[in-house]
Amino acid sequence: MPVFRSIVFSAALAGLIVGVVISIAQFFGTVPLIQQSEVYERKAAGTPPAGHDHGAAASDQTKAHSHESEWEPEEGLRRNAFTVAANILTAIGFALLLSGIYAIRGRQVAWREGLLWGLAGFVVFTAAPGLGLPPELPGMPVAELTARQTWWIATAAATAGGLCLLAFRPAAWAAVVGLGLIALPHLIGAPLAPESHSEVPAALSHRFIVVVTLTSLLFWALLGVSTSVAFGRISRP
Amino acid sequence: MQQSQTAHLPATAVDTNVIAQAVLAMALGLFIVGVVGFSHISAVHNAAHDVRHANAFPCH
Repeated sequence: MPVFRSIVFSAALAGLIVGVVISIAQFFGTVPLIQQSEVYERKAAGTPPAGHDHGAAASDQTKAHSHESEWEPEEGLRRNAFTVAANILTAIGFALLLSGIYAIRGRQVAWREGLLWGLAGFVVFTAAPGLGLPPELPGMPVAELTARQTWWIATAAATAGGLCLLAFRPAAWAAVVGLGLIALPHLIGAPLAPESHSEVPAALSHRFIVVVTLTSLLFWALLGVSTSVAFGRISRP
Repeated sequence: MQQSQTAHLPATAVDTNVIAQAVLAMALGLFIVGVVGFSHISAVHNAAHDVRHANAFPCH
C-alpha cells in the first residue's frame, strides 16, 4: 500500500514537528492560564457547593472531584511531557486527515494550497465548534460532557460538509445547502452550561479564548503547510 | 490485446485503491484524535488534560 505508507510517513513527520512547535507555543500561552485557573478550581472545590446548584452542575463537580483519586501525571516535567506527547498525537491525527485529502486530490498540492486546507481545518475544528462552545478553562461551569462532545463533533462534521459543497459544487443549490449546513448547528444551539457562579475571573477566561484561538490558527497553518510539503516530497515517485 | 487490457484495467483499479488507502489513513487519523481528545477513560483524560483545554475539545 504505497499511498497509505506515504500518507502515514508524511503525517508522522509533519505531526512530530508541528506537535513540538505548538507545545512550545502552549507553554508560553495556554498552560500558564490553565494553571492560574486551577487555583480557582481548587479553591471552589474546597468550599461546599452552593445550595441552589442544579443537578447537572453538582454531578459535573463530583466528576471533577473523582479525578483526584485517579491516575494523573505528576506536576511539572512529567505533566508537560504528556502535553507534548498528546500534542504530537493530535497533530499526527489531523495530519493524516490532510494528507489523505491531498492523496485523493491526485495531483501535487503546493504549500499555499496546503495552507488553505489548514485554514479550512481551523474553521472546521476550532472556529465553528468554538462559536457555540468557546474554549473553557478548568473550573468553569459547563453542560454535560457527552452532550457537548456530541454537539462538537456534529458541528465539525456539518461545517466540513458545508465547506465541501461550497468549494467543490458550482451549482446554486450547493451554495444554499452548504451555507445551511454551516449555520444549522448554531441554530440548534450548543448545550448550555447550568447557571452557576464561577470563581474563574471573566478577564482570565476571555484571555484564554483569544490565546487558544490564536494558537490553533498557528497549529492549522503550520500543519497545512508542513503536510503538503512532506506529502509532496514523500509521495513523489 | 492483452497488453491494452492490463494497461486499462489498473488505471481505474488504482484510482479506487488510492481512495481506499486515503480513507483508511483518514479514519486512523480521526481515531487518534478521538482517543486523545474525546476518550472518557480517566487516565487518558488526565494525561491529555492541558491539550484538551488548549484545543477547545470539550473537557470535564
